Amino acid sequence: MIPLQPPRRLIDVQIDDETVRVPEGATILDACRAAGKDVPTLCHGDTLTPKNACRVCVVEVEGARTLAPACSRKAEAGMKVGTGSERARHSRKVVLELLGSSVDLSTTPRAAEWTAEYGADPARFGADAATVEQPAKVDNDLYVRDYSKCILCYKCVDACGEQWQNTFAIGVAGRGFDGTISTEFDAPLTDSACVYCGNCVEVCPTGALSFKTEFDMRAEGTWDESRQSETTTVCSYCGVGCNLTLHVQDNKIVKVTSPHDNPVTKGNLCVKGRFGYGYV
Amino acid sequence: MDIRFRDAEPSDEERAAVDAVLGPPATGWEGGARSAADLRFAARAEPRRDLLLPALHAVNDRVGWISEGALDYVCRRLTVPPAEAYGVATFYSLFSLRPRPPRVLHVCTDLACQAKGARRLREQVEERLGPPGETWQESPCLGLCERAPAALALEAGPAPRAEVYAPADADAMVSTPADAMAGAPSPNGSGPRLDVAGDAPAVAAVPQAGQDGLILLRRAGRADPASLDDYRATGGCTALRRAFELGPAGVIREVLESGLVGRGGAAFPTGRKWDAAARQPDHPHYLVCNADESEPGTFKDRVVMENDPYALVEAMTVAAYATGCAQGYLYIRGEYPRAAARLAHAIATARARGLLGPDILGKGFSFDIELRRGAGAYICGEETAIFNSIEGHRGEPRSKPPFPVEKGLFGKPTVVNNVETLVNVLPILERGARAYAAAEPKLFCVSGAVERPGVYELTFGATLRELLELAGTTGTTRAVLLGGAAGAFVTDLDIPLTFEGTRDAGATLGSGVVLVIDDTVDLRQLLLRIAEFFRDESCGQCVPCRVGTVRQEEALHRLSRRVSHDDLVLLRDVGRTMRDASICGLGQTAWNAVESAIDRLGVYE
Ligand SMILES: Cc1cc2nc3c(=O)[nH]c(=O)nc-3n(C[C@H](O)[C@H](O)[C@H](O)COP(=O)(O)O)c2cc1C
Ligand code: SF4
Ligand code: SF4
Ligand code: SF4
Ligand code: FES
Repeated sequence: MIPLQPPRRLIDVQIDDETVRVPEGATILDACRAAGKDVPTLCHGDTLTPKNACRVCVVEVEGARTLAPACSRKAEAGMKVGTGSERARHSRKVVLELLGSSVDLSTTPRAAEWTAEYGADPARFGADAATVEQPAKVDNDLYVRDYSKCILCYKCVDACGEQWQNTFAIGVAGRGFDGTISTEFDAPLTDSACVYCGNCVEVCPTGALSFKTEFDMRAEGTWDESRQSETTTVCSYCGVGCNLTLHVQDNKIVKVTSPHDNPVTKGNLCVKGRFGYGYV
Repeated sequence: MDIRFRDAEPSDEERAAVDAVLGPPATGWEGGARSAADLRFAARAEPRRDLLLPALHAVNDRVGWISEGALDYVCRRLTVPPAEAYGVATFYSLFSLRPRPPRVLHVCTDLACQAKGARRLREQVEERLGPPGETWQESPCLGLCERAPAALALEAGPAPRAEVYAPADADAMVSTPADAMAGAPSPNGSGPRLDVAGDAPAVAAVPQAGQDGLILLRRAGRADPASLDDYRATGGCTALRRAFELGPAGVIREVLESGLVGRGGAAFPTGRKWDAAARQPDHPHYLVCNADESEPGTFKDRVVMENDPYALVEAMTVAAYATGCAQGYLYIRGEYPRAAARLAHAIATARARGLLGPDILGKGFSFDIELRRGAGAYICGEETAIFNSIEGHRGEPRSKPPFPVEKGLFGKPTVVNNVETLVNVLPILERGARAYAAAEPKLFCVSGAVERPGVYELTFGATLRELLELAGTTGTTRAVLLGGAAGAFVTDLDIPLTFEGTRDAGATLGSGVVLVIDDTVDLRQLLLRIAEFFRDESCGQCVPCRVGTVRQEEALHRLSRRVSHDDLVLLRDVGRTMRDASICGLGQTAWNAVESAIDRLGVYE
């Protein structure tokens, strides 16, 4: 089922000297992608309202004082955008260095690739550079919160809160470099409002939130994505018909995701679909 | 929304504090005692998230800290998820989520105080009270720079109190028995109820007080700030009457013609802002007066509010009339208890005398002002962070566009103006735009190595040298920090103090800070304090600022021990990225002062 959208006017935007035509309301990122540019993004979520907090997607808009976040700035007719200008690349490089030096990006898809591409050197801040390192929070059997890997992109908060789940079990607490994702008074998840839908895990871009199975297998050294297969099927619990993608390694389900392009669930599930696979 | 609360119960005192702001709960469903009748129906409280900050203040003011039970009760009353309320409460530095004694001393360690011996003061306090944390803490600029070094004691209780110490003396602050903190009468009306002690005459902050020819400071030391009759006898309400004659469009025309630009730092043309807001088809429109004034070295808005509170009330009324607002918010920083008390009093008496509320002066125009107290967060002075703070969210700036005049407070068209900007509207209407523009007044906050620190009023075009002659420098002036922590150091005293003049000199007027540094000041220590300030005050939303300010401070620490080329390159790289890629002005300006100190003063040569 593809919901019908009202027809939209098209506008012309110039991306690195190439004119692309995008619907009104599209973001600069949409326009960049239409032009075939690979603009890195971390905090941008395909199913969430952009928070534009990470700033790795910044581009240069002609006439603007500062760089613009491609993921959230709306494209305007006649806008001239430089995706690969020295200024934009410099900011991306330093942002990757700032992140790489403070957060464990080892499970962030493409982080290593971008770090190499932009020549980022997170080690330049020295061995004493402050980090967000802390012990992983393992307080339930379903998923683990390893905030050493958290880039504070707010996606989990948005998914748990008003954008999808409406449970509001987690929020951002503290401020500045000491800011963390937290339940109220930092209580264990089991004492919080969490309903274990795992929608926060689904959107986390860094692996800071992960299935307990994945967390344990990584600790044992048995996690191996190259040996995994993915099968998309329909959840067998209630009658809504949510799509599940089962990730199977060695004939065992190791985690469950859900296709983001499904127009009904957009990647969201409930606790049964996400974690209730033990009977399979 | 199905909110889950925890089972922590508030104490009677906490419950009473919250109920004093919100009124008693109507049913067991919103935190009242549960009766059999309540169980026959399900209900929920009206969501009033915008009262979250006042409710948290109520608990913190009464008990000194916010317990789990108190937070849970506030959440039930306002229909706010506890995890989010916790995130809000932990955002503000004046709130504690852990038990602490009722009296907490805030000792300023910021720029002007540092230049006046704050370090020694801090050591003395530490000797007497132990390490910072519980009974005392270091504080960013308290806005008392003219009487540096400064401190502020906040004492929780059924009748919360505040005491200002400036210049501060460790013996006096530590030995003061709690009872000695009696002070001004508690104001009635909206806003905080806080007794304040520790006054200084107007002339302590306004060296020009009483002088003829002043425009913005004309009432300082001359009229009683608590007396509406005094205000009227000294020309008060003339501008408002003139506004009613001109009509809203006429007022905007005058403001446009006067060329007034914002005094909050960004120097945006006020008339254009008002015009754009007035034209917005979406309603209601809101007016927000930005009285957060937390830029280190800035205290002009405090001095105006303390000495001439009715002027701000009148100016807000004129602004609201011109832009079609029925409701205004005056957002004042939590560290300004005296200004808040005087404004609360002014608002209440203005309301009682028909200058606020329905049908002002019988002209059929309705407008009222709500006073909102911040709770210790510099970032809440950013125009969109203010909205989030008032709405009961974390004080994080929003991305622009959309701009406030389109989507501001509660998603509605909003005019945000600085205190000084608003107060300028009175002489524009009183004298006419042209006469005003011919001698446009500007306030400067002079502190540091000068004989007579304080707020000075000059007409645009005067040079820095002329200003310093008024204030009288002491020692050998090495540099002047213009515009505060977000500004830049200059050495050329002949630059004209105009927006263009300072821009041409690679600096900004910013919020009017003129901090004079003589050769006894340790510049490297000063830069470290600037870096620490930005690191502390970053909201943490975006990476360039959240991590960049930490890396900047680390590099400055290394440089203060040993100068290295690599660290200077690193500072430039990080600084450029903060400036280019941060969401808001805090991150974008966090490197300005450091850069200018390196380039113009050669601190690390
Ligand atoms: C980090 C930051 C802090 C700010 N603090 C204040 C403040 O305390 N008071 C103020 O009037 N403007 C402050 N501003 C500027 C406001 O965002 C806004 O430009 C101003 O209130 C608009 O009013 P004006 O046009 O009258 O100057 C701050 C800006 C930033 C980026
Ligand atoms: S599992 Fe669901 S309810 Fe729990 S924190 Fe994540 S999104 Fe919120
Ligand atoms: S836990 Fe993941 S989703 Fe949540 S803020 Fe951190 S990185 Fe983002
Ligand atoms: S620049 Fe700093 S203060 Fe502004 S939004 Fe980003 S983190 Fe927050
Ligand atoms: S992806 Fe655009 S700011 Fe993060």
